[in-house]
Amino acid sequence: MNSDSRHKPRIGVFKFASCDGCQLSLLDAEDELLGVFGAVEIAYFPEASRAMSKGPYDIGLVEGSITTHQDAKRIQEVRKQCRTLITIGACATAGGIQALRNWKDVDEFIRVVYATPQFISTLNLSTPIAEHVPVDFELRGCPINKHQLLELITATLAGRKPNIPSYSVCLECKRKGNVCIAVARGVPCLGPVTQAGCGALCPSYDRGCYGCYGPMETPNTSSMTSQFRILGQANSQVARAFRGFNAWAWQFRKASEECERT
Amino acid sequence: MTGRATKTIRVNTLARVEGEGSLYIKLVGERVADVKLKIYEPPRFFEAFLRGRHFSEAPDITARICGICPIAYQMSAVHAIERALGIQITPAVRLLRRLFYCGEWIESHTLHVYMLHAPDFLGYADAIAMAKDHRAVVEKALRLKKIGNRIVQLLGGREIHPISAAVGGFYKVPTEQQLRELVGDLEWALEASLETVRWTARLEFPNFEQDYEFVALCHEREYPFNEGRLVSNRGLDIDTAEYEDHFVELHVKHSNALHSVVRGRDSYLVGPLARFNLNFDKLPETVQRVAIDVGLRPPVKNIFRSIVVRAVELVFACAEALRAIREYEPPASPRVEVHNQIGVGQAITEAPRGILYHHYALDENGKILAAKIVPPTSQNQKRIEDDLREYAPRLVARPIEEATWKCEQAIRSYDPCISCATHFLKLSVDREQITD
Repeated sequence: MNSDSRHKPRIGVFKFASCDGCQLSLLDAEDELLGVFGAVEIAYFPEASRAMSKGPYDIGLVEGSITTHQDAKRIQEVRKQCRTLITIGACATAGGIQALRNWKDVDEFIRVVYATPQFISTLNLSTPIAEHVPVDFELRGCPINKHQLLELITATLAGRKPNIPSYSVCLECKRKGNVCIAVARGVPCLGPVTQAGCGALCPSYDRGCYGCYGPMETPNTSSMTSQFRILGQANSQVARAFRGFNAWAWQFRKASEECERT
Repeated sequence: MTGRATKTIRVNTLARVEGEGSLYIKLVGERVADVKLKIYEPPRFFEAFLRGRHFSEAPDITARICGICPIAYQMSAVHAIERALGIQITPAVRLLRRLFYCGEWIESHTLHVYMLHAPDFLGYADAIAMAKDHRAVVEKALRLKKIGNRIVQLLGGREIHPISAAVGGFYKVPTEQQLRELVGDLEWALEASLETVRWTARLEFPNFEQDYEFVALCHEREYPFNEGRLVSNRGLDIDTAEYEDHFVELHVKHSNALHSVVRGRDSYLVGPLARFNLNFDKLPETVQRVAIDVGLRPPVKNIFRSIVVRAVELVFACAEALRAIREYEPPASPRVEVHNQIGVGQAITEAPRGILYHHYALDENGKILAAKIVPPTSQNQKRIEDDLREYAPRLVARPIEEATWKCEQAIRSYDPCISCATHFLKLSVDREQITD
């Protein structure tokens, strides 16, 4: 980190294959935005500014997954320009929903969507950033939680460990005083294997967690599969539950592939 | 021997738009030789991987096409699937969906008006630079945006990719008391929106009127969100299920987005200008007067003035949200029961940027057999190129940096969402001297 206190830390925001939602989280921090932008220099953030300055950057926030040859090269350049590289969101940390192609024939996918397939250039796999370059911190969620993002930026600038828990959604549910929808109502819920961060939103809205924050620290996915089976879900349905926005995260990937084999 | 200047306007990364695109314009003398609005946002293949998923997952999955307008995706998805299943939603759910959409319009329009588009008019690179000289304006914008987000958060759990929209209704509906708590904020937001109309109307607009085909939903009584026939100023008047008979998507080499045209005609325009021009009489009289007071009467044919129309729609969205809250009575059940069955359904709803079409075919187990999604920006893309073909020659005498910025401003008038359109923008202007 640049110890020269006369210079504001420079932040770059980089986008790969994604929906723009995670970088929008920064603009959605309405109460903190002017404060944050007063404390740091937003050196590169095309979604918000046409002023784009060259690196190096103190912090790089990377959204999106790698799905093209060009992007596989670009992330190498981005890494070189960023002292600390933070990936934000399910696309960047796990390949995103577009990683569903990883189990399919991409050429067939292109033919389904585009009339002239030869105009399209894409890789067979949608992969997280960490499969291509070293990543300093992965912030989970589809989308990320803006308060966690602000905590992460603050901690990084202060040189301390960010307070981002890796326990499961169940703890958030308990803390909110929610009645467990899986136990009380038999609703299939991925909460026990999913990392906290959303504030146990889905169970608070009377539906099962669909795993958008990805696997928690030590997920017992085989026990989760058994519970889903007990609640009357077919193996194909359990596989589909794991195959969502974090399908390519290895713990969920392993679980869905096991369901398909049985 | 005369020298003809060839000028190229090139923007490699288009800023303050959602997603990745570039622009390339080649001018020979005053003639436009080439315009390419290139979308290099990588394809993500939603229509392909929706196949085999259960219909109940479509609102959550398609929301991920766009972090800026996830509610539009959720609304088009649920309406198309409800049509496929032949189910009727309750009046309370219908009202809540309008309120939900008001939240997204307020959030998205405020973001665009103040943070993405206004800096062009005032000569700033971004809203943060603008805040140094106009701090009160930016602070007001942030508060307004937050109020839109509060509506979305209450009904949907969170601002981006809300989790409560369901086929048949919502997973959970708010109480009357929860909605009433929004009233104070919305009354402030209504005033702030009125100020936004007057503030945007004072900006300077290039004199640039085009003969557009405007396409928007038209409902018999209401300014459109989720329902209506699809109508244009050139005689189109169809059921939304007939969309694919009247519109064609063309795949062009320079783009990962598909270009839409009206079959047998040409490019068309969707979004605030189209909605306003085709539905002016459906706006409440008070909102009509707000528009007329700043000199805005349909048809508005200057795309740069879309910023004022967006502000008028902000006024509408705040007023409509207040109405919905007054009239709300919680339904007996948050959603009607749905069952798996074979069916085909299409729906169009009005995303902040314009009409969004979804089409699903379902099998007897409720699995999606086929899906087709046509986002607003891919529908506007050809129209943006057509505008630039007309607009760029007027900029020949200007310095390249200024010409480039003006072209970017024209593009941003459309509030393009490139992440959506992939299935969008870099501006390049070539400038070289050719002597023959």
